[in-house]
Amino acid sequence: MQRCDYLLSQLDVLEAESIQIIREVAAEFERPVLLFSGGKDSIVMLRLAEKAFWPAPIPFPVMHVDTGHNFPEVIEYRDRRVAELGVRLVVASVQDSIDQGRVVEETGRRASRNRLQTTTLLDAIEEHQFDAAFGGARRDEEKARAKERVVSFRDEFGQWDPKNQRPELWNLYNTKIRRGEHVRVFPLSNWTELDIWDYIRREGLELPPIYFAHTRMVFERDGMLLADISYANRGEDEPAFEATVRYRTVGDASCTGAVKSSAATLDEVIEEIAATRITERGQTRADDRTSEAAMEDRKKEGYF
Amino acid sequence: MTTSKQMDILRFATAGSVDDGKSTLIGRLLYDSKSIFEDQLEAVERTSVDRGEDYTNLALLTDGLRAEREQGITIDVAYRYFATPRRKFIIADTPGHIQYTRNMVTGASTADLAIILVDARKGILEQSRRHAFLTTLLKVPHLVVAVNKMDLVGYDQAVYERIIDEFTAFASKLAVTDLTFIPISALHGDNVVDRSPNMGWYEGSSLLHHLEHVHIASDRNLIDVRFPVQYVIRPHKSTDPELHDYRGYAGQVAGGVLKPGDEVVHLPSGLTTTITHIDGPGGPVAEAYAPMSVTLRLADDIDISRGDMIARPHNRPEVAQDLDAMVCWMTPDRALSPRMKLVIKHTTRTARALVKELHYRLDVNTLHRDETATALQLNEIGRVSLRVTQPLFVDDYSRNRLTGGFILIDEATHNTVAAGMITGAK
Repeated sequence: MQRCDYLLSQLDVLEAESIQIIREVAAEFERPVLLFSGGKDSIVMLRLAEKAFWPAPIPFPVMHVDTGHNFPEVIEYRDRRVAELGVRLVVASVQDSIDQGRVVEETGRRASRNRLQTTTLLDAIEEHQFDAAFGGARRDEEKARAKERVVSFRDEFGQWDPKNQRPELWNLYNTKIRRGEHVRVFPLSNWTELDIWDYIRREGLELPPIYFAHTRMVFERDGMLLADISYANRGEDEPAFEATVRYRTVGDASCTGAVKSSAATLDEVIEEIAATRITERGQTRADDRTSEAAMEDRKKEGYF
Repeated sequence: MTTSKQMDILRFATAGSVDDGKSTLIGRLLYDSKSIFEDQLEAVERTSVDRGEDYTNLALLTDGLRAEREQGITIDVAYRYFATPRRKFIIADTPGHIQYTRNMVTGASTADLAIILVDARKGILEQSRRHAFLTTLLKVPHLVVAVNKMDLVGYDQAVYERIIDEFTAFASKLAVTDLTFIPISALHGDNVVDRSPNMGWYEGSSLLHHLEHVHIASDRNLIDVRFPVQYVIRPHKSTDPELHDYRGYAGQVAGGVLKPGDEVVHLPSGLTTTITHIDGPGGPVAEAYAPMSVTLRLADDIDISRGDMIARPHNRPEVAQDLDAMVCWMTPDRALSPRMKLVIKHTTRTARALVKELHYRLDVNTLHRDETATALQLNEIGRVSLRVTQPLFVDDYSRNRLTGGFILIDEATHNTVAAGMITGAK
């Protein structure tokens, strides 16, 4: 890890920076929570939190905003990992928000619960009085996210105001908020998709199996391969077929696309990603294809 | 893009306006290092066509917000990433017009290197001087002046030499530690990634080659041990007797090299003790240095909490409640003026600060000191004296950016309203 000239590798620098952020937030906020989806970024974030406080346990709970449209493998992984670490899991359910009339389910073939998550997330933050929520978003993912702060202020409505953000200098983070306000914290801001995979390999982190090539029934919609599961609302004009695929991102199963791939091992996946010419969101997220400012609009409302 | 165990990170800030070709340069670095993806390029091409532009406007890649695209301006610092087999690069792309000083100061605070773009046809402008001054104020260790649009002056060596002379004369008034000039054409790619055949008279390296090879290992302070205590780790596991007595002081090394066995002093108590163990993220480490995040275990049971500092008995920071500092004022809400009370955040310690005196306002274009100034407005820089409610453990910013820098926070709005660089303490 160390070299005689006191240089650190890029992964060591990113890890040190992320741990500094996680500790700072744990020290300055009363009720932080870590958003954990079972996706690769939140798996890395959880690993960093584990390291930040070792040998003490992680001093905050993790929360999964559950759309109900899950890949079973991911839920199984989530529960196992949470049990290993002995952290408390809070599940905020979009189905509950629908049942309580807080949100109305979209209709039509492309109905997605992706946008509804924002209400569920904000309600859960309010209910549990969380004042800081760690998210696994990275600046390289999307252009609105490139403008995001590490510690990002949210007002009492959970809104993000991109034109009026607190400047961030050196490693000093402004953690001042009032009751009812909160911050989103992005310890992985400076990581790229490839850094995440390199770190997973270095740390020997286990991932849900859907990240590796497997065969499943899929169908094509808007140039993406969606899993043929009930909530994807496959139409009769959208024939299902078997394909060898893997997931590059893990999100709501009804709008997260799989990619055709034979990469069955970590090394093969990293090789594939290093060579790919399409961004992960562009390739696999229907929600970001709505318009050029789709992510910005959702983020302003309080999305992840 | 490839992965490599030997890769390190270079953070750089780019300064210049759209007219200087800054976006074109960033676009080219990203494009030529294969860091722009096809779907991003297609989206940019589509938008360029929609707007009736006859070229692919690479500025659209960095302008991520709706308002930015609508108004054709950059509002905020954007961070971009690319990598070559030698290094990972983090670009802080700071906008040229709106909120210029505030954004450049923010981007420069963590930068190892700054690139100032100069239009070869226009030479050194007022804003070039401003960029150079802010770079040195924030102590960015390496400065590159990229003389762009060389194609539009016929790749003329005389034009380039004239700009070097003019800039060097101005830079002699500043504390520039490492200055490099590179003649380029971002549009055509001359001297950006590869040496240009159009400028045979230029004997230096291409911009990317310089970014890949500039020596940054010596920029950190490896002399003065500074370890601000960030978090105290106490597992309290009654089931595990070994952990029951575990008490670790977690933090990010801000200076020097720490080793088990070293004698250290705790501030503010002044008590000395010895480091017994250093726990890194991957287990015990033999040495810790910036920017590592580690946990120290000490031989003696001293009352140590967040906000305290670990240093060496014969090399301590100043323990001070009176600070002299250069500050950059960053809010339009109200002006900085004497008697103002603010929150100060310095390393891991937060206190309250009173502005005792505003000595002068500095004109960032002429470096003239206006001692009649009574306030600092948005984007203005001046020298102040502060009185702080509790002692801070500080160094001059020129000695250590992490123990010499601070932010000021408005007690009413909670906005970050200033960045400060300590120049003296008592």
